[in-house]
Amino acid sequence: MQNFNTTILSNQELSPGYYRMRILAPGFVAASKPGQFLMVRVSGGFEPLLRRPFGIFRTGFLPADCQGLPDKEYVEILYKVIGRGTSILKDLHQGDRVELLGPLGNGFDVQPAAEQILVGGGIGLVPLYMLARQLVKTGNVRLLMGGRCRDDILAVTEFERLGVATYVSTDDGSLGEEGLVTDVLQRKLDKFPRAMVYACGPMPMLRAVHELCGPRRVPLQVSLEAFMACGVGACLGCVVKGAGHSESDPHYLCTCKEGPVFRADQLEWDMLEAGHDECGCEEGMA
Amino acid sequence: MNDRNREMLKQPSLAVEIAGLRLKNPVMPASGTFGYGQEYAPFFDLDELGAIVTKGLSLKPKAGNPTPRIAETTSGMLNAIGLQNVGVEAFIRDKMPFLRQYRTPVIVNFFGNSLEEYGEMARRLSDLPELAAAELNISCPNVKKGGIVFGTDPQAAAEVVSLVRRHLNKPLIVKLTPNVTDITVMARAVEEAGADAICCINTLTGMAVDVRRRSLRLANLTGGLSGPAIRPVAVRMVYQVVQTVQVPVIGVGGITRAEDALEFLIVGARAVQVGTANFVDPQAMPKIVAGLEQYCREQGVDDINDVIGSLRLP
Repeated sequence: MQNFNTTILSNQELSPGYYRMRILAPGFVAASKPGQFLMVRVSGGFEPLLRRPFGIFRTGFLPADCQGLPDKEYVEILYKVIGRGTSILKDLHQGDRVELLGPLGNGFDVQPAAEQILVGGGIGLVPLYMLARQLVKTGNVRLLMGGRCRDDILAVTEFERLGVATYVSTDDGSLGEEGLVTDVLQRKLDKFPRAMVYACGPMPMLRAVHELCGPRRVPLQVSLEAFMACGVGACLGCVVKGAGHSESDPHYLCTCKEGPVFRADQLEWDMLEAGHDECGCEEGMA
Repeated sequence: MNDRNREMLKQPSLAVEIAGLRLKNPVMPASGTFGYGQEYAPFFDLDELGAIVTKGLSLKPKAGNPTPRIAETTSGMLNAIGLQNVGVEAFIRDKMPFLRQYRTPVIVNFFGNSLEEYGEMARRLSDLPELAAAELNISCPNVKKGGIVFGTDPQAAAEVVSLVRRHLNKPLIVKLTPNVTDITVMARAVEEAGADAICCINTLTGMAVDVRRRSLRLANLTGGLSGPAIRPVAVRMVYQVVQTVQVPVIGVGGITRAEDALEFLIVGARAVQVGTANFVDPQAMPKIVAGLEQYCREQGVDDINDVIGSLRLP
């Protein structure tokens, strides 16, 4: 975990409203685990005041300019423009500076299994790429990718290049199968009842995934998004309700420090609230 | 004499003293923005701080408020965390061993839900010689029984301060809420009741609305406003309190850089606390310490105490 000022290498629109930013990030290749996130300070001033959390899409090496120099390490984030922070971010260019804090949080608990199913909803795809890169080494990996329309379907070909079988579904049928990603999941779970499932996306999707996996006793890990101030477990602003939570005996888990990836049985599903989209916060982790 | 020696000689002293407590510099975190120290240890050596101030502790662990707990506002943020903390026993068991590695003084912030609890907390903290001082929270606006009653009524405040003073064997800092008509009344009341130092200000009670959903942005309805937005209010109140009491004052409210800290020092604060800025930049405090040193050099000041209270009035 480090905090440093660094340079943007590229910032491109992937599809309407979605961007991919590559940032120089020494040390990130070895330090980043699948499912971890980072925080970006998008402005040197106080508007917006707080950093924005983003899931790490991938890390990699850029060939060095000169022989004898080590390759440069980068980190990539994919983000959707939803508020003040991401609106500023989308207008930054190659060579602009940002402050970066990370990698943060606990990533996925990667377990070898013959069948692995990744479920991504829209920008929730982000933390699944590095996970897929690791999982393809030990078994068959399927990515079920859902969105409202074709604009929400991102980077699927990059998963395919890893050797991941991909299944796209959209609510309006503008790309892939028409319907919900959880309909696809149901069919896959009927076929592969001993699969492991990893999911990230909007809370209604996660809840539906949990409702499919729970009764089948399929191990499920979910990556949650939350608005947060610090990212390191100090502000306690990003908590979610943990298993056993009740109004008389509250039990909270810190998304940034104890998450953002949780085993499904760590959470109190009936009382979980939506992430940034529906909590009235301006922005959350994506 | 070579340049290096000359440079060493010019090293300004940033050391200050608060209620018998010697701090190597006047910069410390505001309670609740620095966890129990460990959260920020990856980013700098905590011994660079004047002191470490812990998250507010209570006798029993506290789970905190429902979510959403924070909302970003113009140059600030609202929080209604609800004093979530591990409780004093878990603090002693799980957090103190880490803090013992450091030489910098540790100040524990604490609160109670009743006079009895405040008294019991004071006794429990007195058992711990490794704690340099205690900061009494009578001002957190988030939890209905968390202190707002004590912090806004001079008699109730005096009562809790004198009780804690009787049971505590170390310097007592009392943290004041700004959510009163006249903060000098509160400052005078807690000084007379035995406070060794006063810390002000805590957060300003605020509220924010999601206009699209016409709903609250904090589940708790209201929360405490912090960040750069509140600094001018904090500077004014610290100035007023300094003019009113004899005990040292610790200034807090919206400090993000050395220039901000200097405003508080110049109006008479003996030390400063940095809060929300820690969230924005985990290295904010060491940068502020370095900035104070640079200011002293630029101004030809060899002792920060010459800056404290040096405001030139017209």
